[in-house]
Amino acid sequence: MTAAANAVAISSVDKVFDGKGSSRVEALRGIDLQIADGEFVSLIGPSGCGKSTLLRLIGDLLEPTAGTVEVYGKPAHQARLDRDYGMVFQHATLYDWRSITANVQLPLEVMGVDKGERARRAASMLDLVQLHEFGDHYPWQLSGGMQQRVAIARALSFEPRLLLMDEPFGALDEMTRERMQSEVLDVWRKTETTVVFVTHSIPEAVFLSSRVVVMSPRPGRIASVVDVDLSRPRTDDTREHPRFYEKLTEVREALRAVEAA
Amino acid sequence: MTTAVATSDRSRLLRRYLPAVAIFFGGLALWEAVVILFDIEGFLLPRPSEILTTFVDEAGTVVPAGWFTFREALAGFAVGSAAAIVVSLVTARWTLIREGLLPFAIAVNATPIIALAPIFNQWFSVTSIWSKASIVAVIVFFPVMINTTRGLSEVDPASLELLRSYAAKPTEVVRKVRIPNALPFMFSAMKVGTTLSVIAAIVSEYFGGSRKALGVYISQQAALLHLAEAWAAIVVASAMGIIFYASISLIERIVMPWHASIRATTD
Repeated sequence: MTAAANAVAISSVDKVFDGKGSSRVEALRGIDLQIADGEFVSLIGPSGCGKSTLLRLIGDLLEPTAGTVEVYGKPAHQARLDRDYGMVFQHATLYDWRSITANVQLPLEVMGVDKGERARRAASMLDLVQLHEFGDHYPWQLSGGMQQRVAIARALSFEPRLLLMDEPFGALDEMTRERMQSEVLDVWRKTETTVVFVTHSIPEAVFLSSRVVVMSPRPGRIASVVDVDLSRPRTDDTREHPRFYEKLTEVREALRAVEAA
Repeated sequence: MTTAVATSDRSRLLRRYLPAVAIFFGGLALWEAVVILFDIEGFLLPRPSEILTTFVDEAGTVVPAGWFTFREALAGFAVGSAAAIVVSLVTARWTLIREGLLPFAIAVNATPIIALAPIFNQWFSVTSIWSKASIVAVIVFFPVMINTTRGLSEVDPASLELLRSYAAKPTEVVRKVRIPNALPFMFSAMKVGTTLSVIAAIVSEYFGGSRKALGVYISQQAALLHLAEAWAAIVVASAMGIIFYASISLIERIVMPWHASIRATTD
């Protein structure tokens, strides 16, 4: 893997949250991880393994205590200033005072994109997540799954190179969740964005990812990386494929090893 | 479809307001009955019907007096709210000032500022509207300032992370997130402020004021045991409070249509 092909290069990263006495938390220790351009990588692990912290370090929402995080060959801080990140959180975090279209346009407004272009991009993003009819609605009029699709449309509206998703489907029911997974793969294929995806769910990680990064807690470390060589495009049939079960087992065993350690 | 919506709206309005209307008239009827049954002297507790006739007779006096006092309340409210909003916005940018100022503001808010009315009467002229308006301004200032500041600072952390990920400037964060987030806080404090300001204007007139003022009229009529006249003036005072409150509620709905709609869906 050459340096230029790396979307994300994390080397020897430690993260300590300072606090008095026992409230000092060593969240991450000795993290090394490369993510290739266009890859879909999931971070999975038990609570407290620092997977969300790692995501925030990549997105420059937190700074590492030691080590470096580079995104497209630049320090993470510069990548943030260059607006390389689209973020999606567990809760859609839409603004009640904005219509769906206006919510999708928010990052574009902040970035000084002119009005016509904003409208055009918001429309095409809402098309992408199949919500074009709901542009004039308000967030509370939409279901949880629809709100999360709006959050994805918003994150992609300014065509970031890297999409960071922190348990985006964690609050959704199982059926909606599976539908959303297929949709996010569809969006990923069309936009060719690199995705880093934090999740608790083994099937979700396996279904979506090209690689699953298994993390262990206290302090957070990378325990193993599972390559998921299932063919694409992945569909609902993929979920019933024997190879899918093999990969589920592989990730599950890696997680068990982590818990036992 | 639209007529169905209209009827269901109407029946909902009816369900919502009918109990209040029933209690209001029921209460008046009960009052009337109690005064008659127990043969209470009219100068101690006049009957509502007597208050009504007195109101009609005295309307030429009490309504202009109400308008005089209302202007004091309105001027004080406007100055107090505007100052509170400016201070909140300034302190939202500089956390350090906010942290220093807020406990002090909360302490002042807990003191009965109306007790300062005699002092304000000395500072400004007793008959000037500004001796009353300034008390109103001080009383309205603190709750509006405290609540607006709270609304500007109590923002969902994910919202802030999101704007940070867009590399948004601090002024954009204030404009796009903090101010809209603070509006419901600000308006609920201002609604409380409307009633506070009418109370403050009238009570500070009890300590002396222009002969044209409603508070002065009430205290003089009460001293003469002209209680029906005093009650007629109180009717005006209460109408002022209600109209003031309703106007701010209306502005709230216009400024934040989303807020009213959310409340409607969660009702």
